[in-house]
Amino acid sequence: MNFLTYLINGISLGSVYAIIALGYTMVYGIAKMLNFAHGDVIMIGCYAVFLAMSRSGLSPLPSVALAVIACTLLGITIEKIAYKPLRRATPLAVLITAIGVSYFLQNMALLLFGADTKSFGSVVNVPALKLAGGALTISGTTIVTVAACVVIMVGLSLFVKRTKAGQAMLAVSEDKDAAQLMGVNVNATISLTFAIGSGLAAVAGVLFCSAYPTLTPYTGSMPGIKAFTAAVFGGIGSIPGALVGGILLGVIEILGRAYISSQLSDAIVFAVLILVLLVKPTGLLGKQIHEKV
Amino acid sequence: MKKALSVVLTAAMAVSLAACGNDGGNAAGTTDAAAGGAAAESTESGAAGAGNEAAVGNSADAGSGAAAGEAFKIGGIGPTTGGAALYGNAVMNAAQIAVDEINAAGGVNGYPIEFKFEDDQHDAEKSVNAYNSLKDWGMQVLMGTVTTTPCVAVADMTAADGMFQLTPSASSTDVIENDNVFQICFTDPNQGAKSAQYIAENGLASKVAVIYNSSDVYSSGIEETFIAEAEAQGLEVVADEAFTDDSKTDFSTQLQAAQSAGAELVFLPFYYTEASIVLKQADGMGYEPTFFGVDGMDGILGVENFDTSLAEGVMLLTPFAADADDEATKAFVAKYEAAYGSTPIQFAADAYDAIYAIKLAMETAGVTPDMSVSDMGAALSEAMPNITLDGLTGEGMSWEATGEVSKAPMAVVIKDGAYTAM
Amino acid sequence: MGWNMKKKTKDQFITIGIVAALYVAVELLIKTGHMSSLMQGLLVPMCTYSLVAIGLNLCVGYLGELSIGHAGFMCVGAFAGAFCTKVLQGTIENGILLFVLALLAGILTAALFGFLIGVPVLRLRGDYLAIVTLAFGEIIKNIINVLYIAKDQNGWHFAISDAKSMSLAEDSVWLINGAKGIAKVPRLSSFTAGVILIIVALLAVYHLVNSRSGRAIMAIRDNRIAAESVGINITKYKLMAFTISAAIAGAGGVLYAHNLSTVTANPTNFGYNMSIMILVFVVLGGIGSFRGSIIAAAVLTLLPEMLRGLSDYRMLIYSVVLILMMLFNWAPKCIVWRQKLAARFQKKTTKEAV
Repeated sequence: MNFLTYLINGISLGSVYAIIALGYTMVYGIAKMLNFAHGDVIMIGCYAVFLAMSRSGLSPLPSVALAVIACTLLGITIEKIAYKPLRRATPLAVLITAIGVSYFLQNMALLLFGADTKSFGSVVNVPALKLAGGALTISGTTIVTVAACVVIMVGLSLFVKRTKAGQAMLAVSEDKDAAQLMGVNVNATISLTFAIGSGLAAVAGVLFCSAYPTLTPYTGSMPGIKAFTAAVFGGIGSIPGALVGGILLGVIEILGRAYISSQLSDAIVFAVLILVLLVKPTGLLGKQIHEKV
Repeated sequence: MKKALSVVLTAAMAVSLAACGNDGGNAAGTTDAAAGGAAAESTESGAAGAGNEAAVGNSADAGSGAAAGEAFKIGGIGPTTGGAALYGNAVMNAAQIAVDEINAAGGVNGYPIEFKFEDDQHDAEKSVNAYNSLKDWGMQVLMGTVTTTPCVAVADMTAADGMFQLTPSASSTDVIENDNVFQICFTDPNQGAKSAQYIAENGLASKVAVIYNSSDVYSSGIEETFIAEAEAQGLEVVADEAFTDDSKTDFSTQLQAAQSAGAELVFLPFYYTEASIVLKQADGMGYEPTFFGVDGMDGILGVENFDTSLAEGVMLLTPFAADADDEATKAFVAKYEAAYGSTPIQFAADAYDAIYAIKLAMETAGVTPDMSVSDMGAALSEAMPNITLDGLTGEGMSWEATGEVSKAPMAVVIKDGAYTAM
Repeated sequence: MGWNMKKKTKDQFITIGIVAALYVAVELLIKTGHMSSLMQGLLVPMCTYSLVAIGLNLCVGYLGELSIGHAGFMCVGAFAGAFCTKVLQGTIENGILLFVLALLAGILTAALFGFLIGVPVLRLRGDYLAIVTLAFGEIIKNIINVLYIAKDQNGWHFAISDAKSMSLAEDSVWLINGAKGIAKVPRLSSFTAGVILIIVALLAVYHLVNSRSGRAIMAIRDNRIAAESVGINITKYKLMAFTISAAIAGAGGVLYAHNLSTVTANPTNFGYNMSIMILVFVVLGGIGSFRGSIIAAAVLTLLPEMLRGLSDYRMLIYSVVLILMMLFNWAPKCIVWRQKLAARFQKKTTKEAV
């Protein structure tokens, strides 16, 4: 029974990683950049919900909607100001700028909201599920998190496959210049990607903070790095890869902590990542890169 | 383009170097006598070996301080940005309150106190930078640093300079290795042992579990002695689970292990930010042992939006509780809340006491602001074991010459959303 | 070609000259008492980060591989060096000899780790390689935090993650004590040592990039397949550059460890944040330019300290400066604008000259 509980906890943690990893993977697939500020957009989303709920007394759903809008706008703004001017520059330059943006968001939050910890009341009001005569409890947050993860994943896959904008995204991720020639508005597509990624970050943030209810200006950085690892694990640029990578990472983290060593759980996660990449150099579901001679 | 950049960067560096040079120049140039003294002293200590650079800075600054204004300059160091900003800010705010009170009441030995606080981001190297920056400002006494690892590094610097240092909250025994450093808080081994004794003597549980932060000096220090003492007291430690700074959001695994091992009491020797998650997750999985915390747990009721019913029945061994009934605590909490809009945590109380302890030591030693840093340091270190302070964190606090504080810990239990003495 | 080489050599001499000149200037300022304690305290950190940035620049600029785990090598160097010092402290009295031995230990251990990690890692490409270096950096930090080594009358005691099982005698001395790290490391680092190390590192990397091996390394960076087809041993040269890069970072670590009396591996000093910070130095100073790395490392180490007067806004302004610097350096529009400005300026000066 313990094993099952660990597994469920792992899937719950992994689902959050998966949603965050989506943001990384989409932006990477299309803009070919590692958006290190993504974790901090999550933190801003959490503060938005926190303020809406505890200070303005809004109910959970409108608060989350508000946070999604706020993060979407934030994502678009960041892209406009910090990343767009560097579109033709070396990827390293954009990487460093993203780090600058990350520091900026953290310190901005520190000034605006203060350093003291806030407790994030759960947004989820689903009762816990008791199985096997109460020996196995699945919390409401877990149920909602996993459900949200699946819904988002399916929705996003459909969006990319079925809509014109989604197809444009695919085209841009394949070849920016060719897409431009085919009449795709590359700039608008990239902005749209940032908008979706940041909106998802708000959702991920709310779910993360509902499960692990403390909020500080640095809340986003560690899940951000873990989710980035998850994205690479699954094959960066691949939407199903983010799901697989996220959930596997969550499960490995929890099981490693439970059965091997609670002190070395981070080392275990990263060691598994290295092993996977050595066997499959582009991640579990990543595209094989063919080299041109 | 690279060339252009190099030019810009070099220019920036040149300007900053020059700026610093000017600072030094001014400080040395304010009084010729002082500068002369500094030069003489520097040759002396140059022959003696290490620490000659420090001596130049010190005596020059001490000279300019005496000429500029008749005031004691107390510096503070702690994290005001970064992950540990919470603790640094609490210390900075509370120390400022104490300094303002003292100045309003006429100062120390007839001189006012100037207080300046610098950020170290909870990093040893930046803490040393902060220390040097305060030395340039003319600091004579250091109230800091807030966190342990940086404090060990800075204690080494103060020892070389002979500066008196009183840390409000760095609790490792490594901190007070040097004779010039004193602590307001309990040492980690002390807390771990006291907690185990309390649990055993009051028969709170026979099977205990420990969850601790293995990458944190404070937490692992307490855990070590707790386990040793618990075994000596006949308690059975059924689970000893760790987490790290990089994975401090999910405690389900550790709680699960404690639950399946049948622990009746879970000892949580870490800060309340993580403790609030532990309580929430334990509640979510329907696990209801007694939770027992240490001084880092204080503050949990002050977390904005925290559901205090989760903390019902939590016990902690802490020297300070923000809703204690005594007049001093009430006045301090009211002042702090009015000025900074949040409830002070134990770090704040420690800092408040630290400033008053410095004041008392200064009065006992009869120091004056025109003394050199090392003379004042020696006088204060000598006076420290002779003072007794009734502070927020303990009645009749006194100090060993080693730097360790002696005060009675207070066990409190959270009842109806408030701390109640046990 | 010959002329070109000469120009390059001249450029490299200028870099070493700048370092030497700055050293003399700083020493003069210190001797005449014109340097604040803060600045004096910052000298060794500036050297430390310059060194690590030189190492990383070799990896990023010449090998062409992005590493975000160099703080891990720095960490290995720091712990190996400090460990060596602690062990030999009683036997060897001479501080300089002790420091040199610590340096050797730190550099060799970091090089060994660079080699061992390089073997699997260098098979990967681009961002995948980057994430694996990040992973290694985090693993190193995590493991050092659970490492316990002590010495007593019965000899040495080792443990991983469980110090209680070690059953130490009364007279035991901790060498590495888990999260507490290594305590009471003698402060042997000095600005002079740092500058000497920088110059040695510069000579080493210049010698490497000018050599046959260096040309092979750059050929691999520019076109791996073409390089392979002319018979260059890819693995050998990649490993060579990566190992040297790690060794230099290790030297930086030794300098770091002996500047503070305590070494611990925590997220702020040896985590991925530090790796990224060093990458910032490299990118901002110019990829492939060692001089740029040194200057950027020095300026960006100074900047937050110079901003202390702004208290709460300090780190916010630092981040804004970082973003603006990147935009100024790399945005195509800014580059065009700068070129125009430079052209106009040049025209003016030529006119005036006429």
